[in-house]
Amino acid sequence: MTKEKESAPHLVGQFEQWKLARSANGSGWFDAVRESAISRFAEIGIPTPKMEDYRFTNLAPLARGSFQHIAIAGDNKNKLDPDPYLYGDSTAVEIVVRNGCLESVSAAGDLPEGVVVVPLSEALHSYRELVEPHLAQYAPIESEGLAALNTAFLEEGLFVHVPRNVILQKPVHILYLTDPGDRETVSYPRNLWILEEGADLTILESYAGDREATYWTNTLTEIVLGENAALRHYKLQLESEKAYHIGRLHAKQERASRLSTYSISFGSRIARNDVNLALEGEGIHSIMDGLYLGDNDQLIDHHTFVDHVSPNCESRENYKGILSGKSKGVFNGKILVRRDAQKTDAVQTNRNLLLSDHATINTKPQLEIYADDVKCTHGATIGQLDRESLFYLQARGIDKDTARSILINAFAGEIVERLEFEPMRSRVESLLYDRLPGGSALKEWR
Amino acid sequence: MLEIKELKARIGDKEILKGINLTIRAGEVHALMGPNGSGKSTLAQALAGREEYEVTGGEVTYEGKNLLDLAPEDRACEGIFLAFQYPVEIPGVSTLYFLKAAMNAMNKYHGRSALDAMDFLALAKKKMSDLNMDQSLLHRSVNEGFSGGEKKKNEIFQMAMLDPKLAILDETDSGLDIDALRIVADGVNRLRDPARAILVVTHYQRLLEYIVPDRVHVLSDGRIVKSGGKELALELEKRGYSWVKEQAGDTSPAVS
Amino acid sequence: MKTSDDELQSIVEKQEYKWGFVTDIESDRAPKGLNEEIVRFISAKKEEPEWLLEWRLKAYRHWLTLEEPKWPMLKYGPIDYQDAYYYAAPKEKLASMDEVDPELIETFNKLGIPLEEQKALAGVAVDAVFDSVSVATTFREKLHEDGVIFCPFSEAVKDHPDLVRKYLGSVVPYSDNFFAALNSAVFTDGSFCFIPKGVRCPMELSTYFRINEANTGQFERTLIVAEEGSHVSYLEGCTAPMRDENQLHAAVVELVALDDAEIKYSTIQNWYPGNKEGVGGIYNFVTKRGACRGRNSKISWTQVETGSAITWKYPSCILQGDNSVGEFYSVALTNNYQQADTGTKMIHIGKNTKSTIVSKGISAGRGQNSYRGLVQIMKGATNSRNFSQCDSMLIGNDCGAHTFPYIDVRNPSSQVEHEASTTKIGEDQIFYCHSRGIALEDAVNMIVNGFCKEVFRELPMEFAVEAQKLLAVSLEGSVG
Repeated sequence: MTKEKESAPHLVGQFEQWKLARSANGSGWFDAVRESAISRFAEIGIPTPKMEDYRFTNLAPLARGSFQHIAIAGDNKNKLDPDPYLYGDSTAVEIVVRNGCLESVSAAGDLPEGVVVVPLSEALHSYRELVEPHLAQYAPIESEGLAALNTAFLEEGLFVHVPRNVILQKPVHILYLTDPGDRETVSYPRNLWILEEGADLTILESYAGDREATYWTNTLTEIVLGENAALRHYKLQLESEKAYHIGRLHAKQERASRLSTYSISFGSRIARNDVNLALEGEGIHSIMDGLYLGDNDQLIDHHTFVDHVSPNCESRENYKGILSGKSKGVFNGKILVRRDAQKTDAVQTNRNLLLSDHATINTKPQLEIYADDVKCTHGATIGQLDRESLFYLQARGIDKDTARSILINAFAGEIVERLEFEPMRSRVESLLYDRLPGGSALKEWR
Repeated sequence: MLEIKELKARIGDKEILKGINLTIRAGEVHALMGPNGSGKSTLAQALAGREEYEVTGGEVTYEGKNLLDLAPEDRACEGIFLAFQYPVEIPGVSTLYFLKAAMNAMNKYHGRSALDAMDFLALAKKKMSDLNMDQSLLHRSVNEGFSGGEKKKNEIFQMAMLDPKLAILDETDSGLDIDALRIVADGVNRLRDPARAILVVTHYQRLLEYIVPDRVHVLSDGRIVKSGGKELALELEKRGYSWVKEQAGDTSPAVS
Repeated sequence: MKTSDDELQSIVEKQEYKWGFVTDIESDRAPKGLNEEIVRFISAKKEEPEWLLEWRLKAYRHWLTLEEPKWPMLKYGPIDYQDAYYYAAPKEKLASMDEVDPELIETFNKLGIPLEEQKALAGVAVDAVFDSVSVATTFREKLHEDGVIFCPFSEAVKDHPDLVRKYLGSVVPYSDNFFAALNSAVFTDGSFCFIPKGVRCPMELSTYFRINEANTGQFERTLIVAEEGSHVSYLEGCTAPMRDENQLHAAVVELVALDDAEIKYSTIQNWYPGNKEGVGGIYNFVTKRGACRGRNSKISWTQVETGSAITWKYPSCILQGDNSVGEFYSVALTNNYQQADTGTKMIHIGKNTKSTIVSKGISAGRGQNSYRGLVQIMKGATNSRNFSQCDSMLIGNDCGAHTFPYIDVRNPSSQVEHEASTTKIGEDQIFYCHSRGIALEDAVNMIVNGFCKEVFRELPMEFAVEAQKLLAVSLEGSVG
């Protein structure tokens, strides 16, 4: 029987232990929030399938007693090479966080004046005046146990503050790595990105871990976009196929701001991504795209929520899934159009390819509309590769596996092509080829 | 080159080909005519290896090999090209990429080295201008958003690029205006070659004014009921298909 | 010239509910409240066999363990299940048509449902249910000639016990949900239809439900069985008096289609919706489900939902037989304070099964309209297809339209497509009509009817016209 809630007392217990361990760093101004977050977590625990939002995603494995806070778990002998995941100093400002601890910050000497790009640990100390008004202001700590848990333990991550009208040409990249280890560990990456009026920036976020490691990443990002600010955000999730990835993003958008957020999910045993956009001003434009690839026993769950609060905003959402093996896909997309949000123009689509007899998909595209002068459409499709197309390719001499790969790649291409940041796009393309049968041949022909 | 003996095929429970006999030699152009529903397209698609058409009897020998044993892609690599009656749209795959994949597959099949990318592009552009095709089509998704004429030209363009031994044109003329028809026919005529055979499947005699066949066959109710020289097409145009049916002793109502 | 929302609104508001009168007739009631004694009382009134009483009691006991579903997007105060009468029937149950209380005949005449066969709509047989009992069923003899059984449910229990026992609860078990359990315990009447092998039912079958008594709930139960190769079209309609209290209606409908059989089930639901301020109206909690048990069977639901304060209803199809087909066509209109949470479930089990869903929601006033649907493709449902289209139209600023489609696919060879859109009546559309000399109300009706066309097309002809008129009436005053 599924339970009403999964309490995880050992995680609460680790909080005390962790507090003692870090007391050397001095207690901070944020400690009161941590305390209330951990007691809230103790009350509500880890969500269970009894809750509508977790109906298809059973997180009971997370409640097991074996996940150790990564800082308590101790050092690892083998280190994962970060290079395959980095883009290079000349391309991006890069920060690497390994096992929850800061490893490196690339030279960022040429940043425009007033721009702050620092690890969160540093921001908590040195930029309290910038951090305090926003940190933990947007994530639903009261209702989501795992958001509360992240808030209690938050320490490392990416803090970005871009002042008024500053355009940052160079993208900022944060890479979270988890090394192989004997124990099952959990880490709590936390990001806070603040773009003031007219600021413009690209942020890359990558997650990777040792192939054999069983670990849990519980990450949370809060974004504030001031008037007319623009952010392009790419999240690439390449965790180990034994890992658990819980990701949550909350963005608050002000008047005429533009946000594009892309979620590429290839890794994890269970991946759960919540993307929440609040459109709180007129003339906002939001894009929310995603591509998920599931194989073997993977479960990949995306829950997205666009809250149209103000009139004249536009949101575009396009998620595509490719599922093989015994993998499961879950998509839940909700568009809420509030009473005042007249002239809203919202489009949401979720398309899925099921490639094996044992793969399954649950999709629920929802519209909840309280304003009458709106244009909202949503659509969902589930299907297999088109037989006509397969035959057409075969009739041109292309073998069946390759033909399938070409069509799968074309299906994914709609999302991949939208990744404006070229190095990211080619990385995703190449990762995609690696996962397709006969994909190596396709790679050569490009 | 191609020898079809007593070929029978069906879709689901419906028998469509009821014993086809046809021999085509290298260098020849054959026209296969017949009313709608007589089995023309079925024959064309069955030769290309479409799985939905179940061959229930007879044999097909191509270049000394049993064609029916080969997978569709192997037939293509062996030099059989089918110009589709309804070319398929493949969103997200550019025409250029599609062709490259096809040519590389064939090169690999024959153990030849891959074509140089620059040579390939130059060749593609040349063939396109021969067909009076807009070169931007190369970068658009295969057939997606193409006009009817563009789709048919794209088939002929692919044929020119892939250089087949046996080309089967399935109603390539239908839906084309006269200018496009001329361009398509020119494209086909340019490929006439002593080493190549061409089978033109059509409902109308019109195309055969531009692509003059060596032999004309009339298909009716799953069988070839009459064969002759190019004059047969003209005769058919004058008398209609009912004439052939009568001659064949078929008393079922005429379709013209 | 611009048409303001207030103008639009006022068109929807003008209309009064025309069916809101009360028939003054003496009635026989069970004591107020619900307990095992009441269940026994109802069973005894109906002179039921022991097995049926046992079944009711099991359902009642199960109901006690359940809670009202919380997931629908519906807001209403707590329902006091002890503050209602579970049985009410006009006194003096009469045996034949000649003896039907003239008051009742007059009531049904007023509702446009003549019970004398010579006056009745040709080609439609009617079972008239008044509160808890069926008062008359027309054309029974004529149907009997073809072997078609069409009679009140309580009579079927007596005359065809084997059939009832075989199929009752076989599609909607008493344990299915809160309201189905309640219905199974206290259901009173309803219709029973049985179409034997190979018979094409010669006329439309129809049941008209009328709630009259105050403080009563209506709990009818309908069972339609179509044997191999048979075909039937069935229609139900319903109305109730205008009262300030909310009244409960919790029905269960079960359909069974065997090999090559086809059932077409149409509903025109026009229960009292409450007044402009949202006072009164029927709470309509209905479980409708059809089982396509046989190969090539087909079940088609069409509903036009304009009434009730609250509608909770998901007519569903279980596509068990290979090549079976399920359809759902719905128009749901909510005006003033009406709320509807309605949709369908299509469960694909057999191979090559197909389903189509077309849902049109219209919200006006402060109405809240939700489409909630499930399309489930099970592992063995090779080559199954679903197409869903859910469109919403909003009239005015205070209403809401919501779409909650659940799609669950476990077979890779299936294709599922879902499309949804939300629009308002465009000013340009109204202007265009105006410029052709069409008055606002007519323009709105025209646009709304156009919006619903795909659904109306599915109704039997006689009722399609009725449905259009009903929609126009329900919308009157909403636009201006």
